[in-house]
Order: sequence, then C-alpha cells, then structure tokens
Amino acid sequence: MDREAGKEMVVKKATGIGRRDFLKGALAVTGSLVGLSLLGNRNKVLAAEDFSGNPNRFGMLTDITRCIGCRRCEAACNKANNLPAPKVAFDDKTVFEEKRRTDAGIYTVVNRYANPKTGQPVYRKVQCNHCAEPACASACPVGAFKKTPEGPVIYDEKICIGCRYCITACPFYIPTFEYDDAGSPAIQKCFMCFQRISKGEVPACAVECPVEAITFGKRSDLLRIARDRIKNEPDRYINQIYGETEAGGTDWLYISGVPFETLGFPTNLGTKPMPELTREFLSSVPLVLAIWPALLGGAYLFAKKQKELSNETKQ
Amino acid sequence: MKRSNERLEATSGSYANGVAREWPKARLFPQDWAAYLRGLITPFNVIAGAIILVGLVLVVIRFIYGLGAVTSASQDQPWGLFLSWGLFCGVPMSATGFVLGTAVYVFGMKAYHPVVKNAILVGFLGYLFAVISLLVDLGRPWRLPYPIIGNFGTASVLFLVAWHVLLYLTCQFLEFSPSVLEWVGLRALRQRAGQIIVGLTIVGAILSTLHQSALGAMFLLVPGKLHPLWYTPYLPVLFLVSAIAAGICVVIFVSQITRYFFKDKGDREYFGSLDKITLGLGKAAAFVLVTYFGLKLIALAHANAWDYLGTPYGYWYLVEILGFVLVPTILFIIATNRHSVKLVRFTAIFALVGVIINRFNVSMIALNWQLPEREFFAWKEFLIVLAIITTEIVVYRWIVNRMPVIRELPDAEH
Repeated sequence: MDREAGKEMVVKKATGIGRRDFLKGALAVTGSLVGLSLLGNRNKVLAAEDFSGNPNRFGMLTDITRCIGCRRCEAACNKANNLPAPKVAFDDKTVFEEKRRTDAGIYTVVNRYANPKTGQPVYRKVQCNHCAEPACASACPVGAFKKTPEGPVIYDEKICIGCRYCITACPFYIPTFEYDDAGSPAIQKCFMCFQRISKGEVPACAVECPVEAITFGKRSDLLRIARDRIKNEPDRYINQIYGETEAGGTDWLYISGVPFETLGFPTNLGTKPMPELTREFLSSVPLVLAIWPALLGGAYLFAKKQKELSNETKQ
Repeated sequence: MKRSNERLEATSGSYANGVAREWPKARLFPQDWAAYLRGLITPFNVIAGAIILVGLVLVVIRFIYGLGAVTSASQDQPWGLFLSWGLFCGVPMSATGFVLGTAVYVFGMKAYHPVVKNAILVGFLGYLFAVISLLVDLGRPWRLPYPIIGNFGTASVLFLVAWHVLLYLTCQFLEFSPSVLEWVGLRALRQRAGQIIVGLTIVGAILSTLHQSALGAMFLLVPGKLHPLWYTPYLPVLFLVSAIAAGICVVIFVSQITRYFFKDKGDREYFGSLDKITLGLGKAAAFVLVTYFGLKLIALAHANAWDYLGTPYGYWYLVEILGFVLVPTILFIIATNRHSVKLVRFTAIFALVGVIINRFNVSMIALNWQLPEREFFAWKEFLIVLAIITTEIVVYRWIVNRMPVIRELPDAEH
C-alpha cells in the first residue's frame, strides 16, 4: 500500500467519523426506544464485564524503524500546545547524549538508543500512551482525568488538587507536575492534541513528521496497518505491536526493528488494565461497611451481658 | 423521663451562660500575664519555638516559590517526606484511638480504661497533623475539600482515604469531646456526649479498618514500580495489621512519656495501673506482630520473590522483617513472660521503628527502585516535618495540661 494514500485514507476516516457515528448513534437510540428494546438490554446476561472501550476511538502508531530523530514532532507539539520555549533548540542534536523524559512544558521527547545488533542509532518518541483504562484516571481522587470516547486521556485543571497520585500511578512515567508554581500548579502531559482532534484535525506531531513515522487514525485501523507492515517486511520489524495489550492496551501503538526493552519500554506490565488492581479492594469496602457493625455491635452486647451476669453472680 | 431531660437542659443552659462570661477569663487566659510569660521561657520552649519558626519560614517559601523550592520531589518521584512520614507513618501511628477505643468501649476491656482518653487524643492529633502535612504537600491545598464536595473520583483509593480521614477526624473529635466539655465546664452536655461513645467507636473502627488498609491499597496500582519484595496483593491487610501493632506501641510509648512529663496531671488510678496496662499491651502487641510476621511470609511466598532476597534490596528487606518484626515479636513474648515492664517499653519503640521502616520502604525506598538516580528527600523537607512534629507535641502538652486526659472524668461510669 502506498504510504501517502494510506495516511490520506486514515485521516479521512478520522475526520468523517464524528458525524457518521452521531447519526448511527441517533438511529440506534430512536430504534431502541421505538422497539422498547431497552427493556431487553437490561435483561441481557453478561458472562463477564470486560471493558473494551469505544471500538471507533482514535490512536497513534509510531513506526520506530522510520524515525530519523529530527525532533520536528517535539517542535510541532511545543507550538500546537503553546508550551514555553525550549532550553535547547529543537534542531540541536546534542540532547541525544542523555535520555530525556517528559517534563512540565515538554509533552514529548525523542531519545536515541543504539541498535544492539548494528550499533546504528534508533530513535524512540516518548509521550502519553493514552491507555484504554488509564491508571492515572483511576488514581485521581477528584476525577480530573478522563478517558474520552475519542481516545485521548484528558485532564481538567480546574478540579485538580495537586496530590500527584497520577504521577505515582502511571506505569510509563508520563504525567508531570509544575513544581515551581505555587499559585496554580497543574499536571501536564500529552493530550493527543484533543483540541485539534475535536475540530477534525490530526495531532500536530503526526502532521509535521517528515517520514511518516507517526500515523493518526482509528486504533483498529492502526493495528491492521501495523500488522500489514510487519507481515510485508518481516526482516525490518520484530513481531510485536507494543501497546496492543500492554497494561490492558494503549491507544498509542509502536512497531520496532529492535526488542522494545532495548529502547527503555517497560516490558513488565502484563496485559491487565491497571485499575483492576485496586478494583477488588474497593469492592470490598461495602462488605466491611455491612459486616463490621454487626460483628462489633455483637461483641459489645456480648461483653455487656457478660458484665451483667458476673455482677449478678457477685451479688 | 421527660422531666429529667428538661432539667438536664436547664442546667446545661445556665452553665453555658455562666461559662460564656467567666470561663475564658478563668481557664483560657492566665491570671497573671507577666508571670505566665516568664514561665514560658524554658529550654524546651525556646528550642521548640526555634524549630517551629524555621519550619514556618520554609512553609512560607514553599507557598511563594512552589513545592520545588523546599522538596526534592521530581517528575519520577513525586512524593517525599511529607507523605512518607506525615501520611503513611502518621496514620498507622494514630491507630491508638481506634485500637484502645474498640478494646475498652466495644469489647469491654475495662482494665485499659485509664489510658483510653489519652489514646484517643493521640489518635486525633495524629490525624490532624497528617492532614496538616498533606496541606503542605498538596499542589493546591485550598482545594482539599474538592473530593468531598462534588468531584468524586470513585475509582480512586485516595478518594476513599480522603473521605475516611475527614469522617474519622470528626469521629475522634467527638470521642474526645467529653474531656473538652469537662474542661469548658459544660458537664451536662459532656454526659450526653459520653452516651454516644460506643456508637462512635464502632464507626471509628469501621473507618479505621478501611482507610488503614486503603493506604496499602494505594500501592496496588504500581506493580511495575514497587520492588517485588514489597509489592503484594496483601498490602491492604499488611497495612491494617501493622497499624494495629503501631497503635499499641504508641500507647505504650506515650504512657511512659506522661510518667515523666505530666506527673501532676494524672490521677492515682492512671499512674497506678500503667505497669499492668503496659504488660497487657505488650502481650497484645506480641500477638499482633506474630500475625503480621506470618502474613509477611505468606506475601513473600505468594509473590515467589525469594530470588530477590540475595540482592541488596533483599538484605534490606530481611533487616525489616527479621530485625524489626521478628526480633521485637520475640522480645515482646520474653518481656511479658518475665513481667518486665521495662523490656515491653523498649520493645514498643523497637517495633514502632519497624512499622516506620516498612512505610518508608513501601512509599519511598522500594518505590521506583529501578530508576538509576534517586534522591529521597531534601533537608528543607526534613526541617518542615520536624516543625510539624514539634507543633504536635506542643499542642498535645497544652491539652494534657488543661483537660482531663490522663485522669478520670468526675462521676465517670466504670
């Protein structure tokens, strides 16, 4: 498949989907109301309540084999999100001497690694992976993080209390905090250019990438594109799509020519969504609320009666 | 019945009127200001004042220049001493009120009655100052009530902690209120407050069970970041059981403090029963620590993390569970068998340090263990924490010097 055409197609799908989805949704709601099938839905027995998310949500695909480390995505991100000017210019390649991470005011960074076989440079772009079930969202005590149906994980600064549990919770070390701001310190991270996606535009980094290492589109389409590329060039790629299942799946996907652990990707995350790790504990809360009063109340009455009885025997 | 109620109200009414006029003059303000101020200049007060002043200056700097100005918090390691000490150690150490309250008021263990008010006060202040630490640490502390007023992050364990700490703080204040009301002179109201103590204690036990374990559950979310020797699905129950041990140890420790510094504030019953109570608490602590040690082993086996025992983190883990859990357990057993109050007191401090080490390990040292470079906390953070602890001690002293904490309330039931 021609790359240009592929991108074009994906973009078209991306921009058209909102309206079509809305129409479909409207039809579905009307239909079910007319057919009173809402009642039927309520009686539907589910074997498991697995969450697969909005099947039409967007995602991004980074093809690590294509990236040339030009850092134009970093510059585009900086501009699109009105971030502060960088300390080191975006065309300065000396930044690759160390491994950088996202920071307050820096939503994305590109790091350079060495191909373990050839020694050639391999570049990896780092940013929020937009988990299907984000740990940050489940950690936030005020619900400031939200997984949008469109895919991006967004954040509401207006209710954030600054506890930074999201930073602790994120398995990818992505959210950052403005430690130097006392008045209105906020969490910062990539929002997959949600403001642009909402207008039907493509995220800035994908637009600026000169080698099409970054593709925007429906996650399901991206998975297909990734599989096709791996299938067509098995020598170029390793047979893995990072993000397909990691931590329950992320909407930012990666394909690579070298194993992901050599590029600093966490490979110990498993396939379970992070929020499931605390779900069981939280569901035990009502049990304690229901059982403890009975147990403790019983113990109290028992002790009281015992005291009365022992008083009687004394008399 | 109705008549007696009316009488109760009438008395409390006239009391209240009298109190409003006379009480502040008699109790709140010194009779002789000059003598009072002169009396304030003691070595302890001067040192405490200096520590608090330094802390205040640093807190002001924090609220002008941001958290980065006083902490070593980073994008990789967002939490420091304010949470590791203030919240994750402060809350289990404040399990005193929950443990002793349940024992005395619910299980009817009247032998521990002399220390229960002190245990509740220590618990209340512990939670209060945990919240104060949190206020220094939160990015926007003025939004502290947000999780309570409409922004519900119901999937968050921290949301549960926020609600519970608020409710439990209220609960403990009410549990302690008889001593405050007695001090204020509202005796009739105080007697009424005493009537709801059983209910409050049960509510407190429920809340404590949940939020003590919830602090452990917060780390269930970070399997990739917390070292496998500490990460276990048993974290909630480990945190709850060790909090009970910490609560018992703090009661033993604080009781000993009162013997030195508040000789004239307690009654004969209080000081006379302390040795027996200390031995009893020592036995309870041994029992709880045996359980805790067993659970720790089960967690280790469940995680199948044995291989890590041979690494530096493994040695540190062994120091924690052998040196600071198993050894104190054995010492508690020896001490109670030999009726050695002294050894129980020593072991209480020992075991308490063990719980503190555990909380620091889980929330700081073993967290993000794979990062190449880490700095745990900055000296400015330490000074602020020191100032918060000092303030807590000063407030505790102020209350014990005035209210019936380590002495019986007049006409109290037994």
